Amino acid sequence: MGYNSIVLVKQVPDTANISGEVMKPDGTVNRAKLPAIFNPEDKVALELALQVKDDMGGKVTAVTMGPPKAAELLKECLYMGADDVILITDRKFAGADTLATSYVLQKVIEKIGDYDLIFAGRQAIDGDTAQVGPQTAEKLGLPQITYTEKILNIKKGKIKVQRQIDGGHEILESTLPVLLTVINDAAIPRPFKAKKAMAYKNYVPPQWTTEDLSVDIDRCGMPGSPTKVHKIESVVLSAGDHEEIEPSKAGLGELIDKLMNDHIFG
Amino acid sequence: MEKTTHTIWVYIEKRHNTIADVSLELLSKGRKLSEKLGGTLKAVIIGHHIDELARETFKYGAQEAIVVDDSDLKDYKTLPYSRILSDLIKEHRPRVVLFGATVNGRDIAPRVASNTLSGLTADCTDLQISDVTYMKKDYKDLLLQIRPAFGGNIVATIITPDNPIQMATVREGVMEMSRLEQPVDGKIIKVPYVRDEIDKMITIIERYQEECRVNLKCAPIIVSGGYGMGSRENFKLLKELANLIGGQVAGSRAAVDAGFVDHDRQVGQTGVTVRPKLYIAVGISGAIQHRAGMDESSKIIAINTDPEAPIFGICHYKIVGDAMTVIPAFIEAYKNKLK
Repeated sequence: MGYNSIVLVKQVPDTANISGEVMKPDGTVNRAKLPAIFNPEDKVALELALQVKDDMGGKVTAVTMGPPKAAELLKECLYMGADDVILITDRKFAGADTLATSYVLQKVIEKIGDYDLIFAGRQAIDGDTAQVGPQTAEKLGLPQITYTEKILNIKKGKIKVQRQIDGGHEILESTLPVLLTVINDAAIPRPFKAKKAMAYKNYVPPQWTTEDLSVDIDRCGMPGSPTKVHKIESVVLSAGDHEEIEPSKAGLGELIDKLMNDHIFG
Repeated sequence: MEKTTHTIWVYIEKRHNTIADVSLELLSKGRKLSEKLGGTLKAVIIGHHIDELARETFKYGAQEAIVVDDSDLKDYKTLPYSRILSDLIKEHRPRVVLFGATVNGRDIAPRVASNTLSGLTADCTDLQISDVTYMKKDYKDLLLQIRPAFGGNIVATIITPDNPIQMATVREGVMEMSRLEQPVDGKIIKVPYVRDEIDKMITIIERYQEECRVNLKCAPIIVSGGYGMGSRENFKLLKELANLIGGQVAGSRAAVDAGFVDHDRQVGQTGVTVRPKLYIAVGISGAIQHRAGMDESSKIIAINTDPEAPIFGICHYKIVGDAMTVIPAFIEAYKNKLK
């Protein structure tokens, strides 16, 4: 018995840790130089799926859509304990916005078929949109619980989940199958298992392309994406006009006088 | 050709029987966009006993409030709310739909966009209506959806050129809230709630939501600390200064992640956007994601031990020094002035 899970994962550039080495002389970020990492909340999503499997049995399948290089990420999923992985890769999927991405994921999940739970990170750090999970749930006609903090229990075909809301939390009960998006606080991802890492060292994850999926090409990739990037401006770190204040009694006193004159103080 | 309109819709989010600030901010912005677009501004409210909220939207410029009222709709639930809104959109075809980028706004908006096959851009920091030439084609009056991307290292302008419906979410505090002196004499349009089996797939067992304790957005002065403060203990010094000068304490993401200050006081791209009269940044290096949330402050004082810290690039007053000596000196100097 048990509960089968599908986990949606993504490899992302590490935008959170911008070091001096990836800065260009003009003060902008050289995106090509950022290291590729496991999107943090997706890793937490995988951990939750693995916990469900540990507690109740079932199977965990990790899916990623991306360039061939994203196979690395799927191997990490296997090292953590995923049973199956699938790489969704095709040049025709490139340039997809969240709507086109969710369309392909819908087709992938329908092809996998046998599932009770779908997990995804709340959002990926390269876009921070938090859209792909809910958009996929809508296309599959499934209920969703976003901002999952904790799975309280699963029984009799129902799951009880605590989710974060603005200024608090709520506890929801959903029928299965359901799609959950997971926040960082939900769990600490387990380390790789050495045995698994050895076993899967030379493993090549199976790839699905447009030919393996019954997709309408016009709804994939760039053509299937209603949103387009019109303009991109790099944020430049520049020195503006400012006055240097001595951290002395006199310096600070003068600053306070100025702010009082400007009616900011007093 | 599908029918298109010049109508702008704002999805109204409720918070403790009132309208969430972000929805009023969006109405205020929507009013300006609507003038440019030459169409109508409408508010959509789903809930129970919400006529008063509907009238409230007229004070911020809504010309019409579409109301779906039923006792089963009292609290937000992804389903049926997203289903109801999707159906309304498919029927009326608004040109633009705006949502707050709150937890629930980010829960409903993508579902609705997915259902109606609309373009959706998350967490916009600015919205404009403008003619655009894209791929050698001219488009009239598109919604420019401007947002930071890539961890705030770039600013992207997103458009939805060939789609009849353009959607965006906007974070709370980003747009200015402005109430009309004279409310619009608006219409309330009631739409009945038609039940569906899928509405029952999720039930709310319990909900706990605090009244917003901190209101950083309205604070005239903010004393904000970064990772450079070193500890939660050292943050008390900022609190002392804030109390003295009539301000609020805030922090950067790094300070919140380190546990020095509570999450609801986080300023920046993933926190609150503020524009106080005075922002004192202490021990904050000035990552772009932080600056995005405070760089419109009227005056900025930056205090940092590193003379090259990026925060100095946007400040008005630069103080190079250790917070633990500068802040006490500042407090003393201020007290002397009061004597």
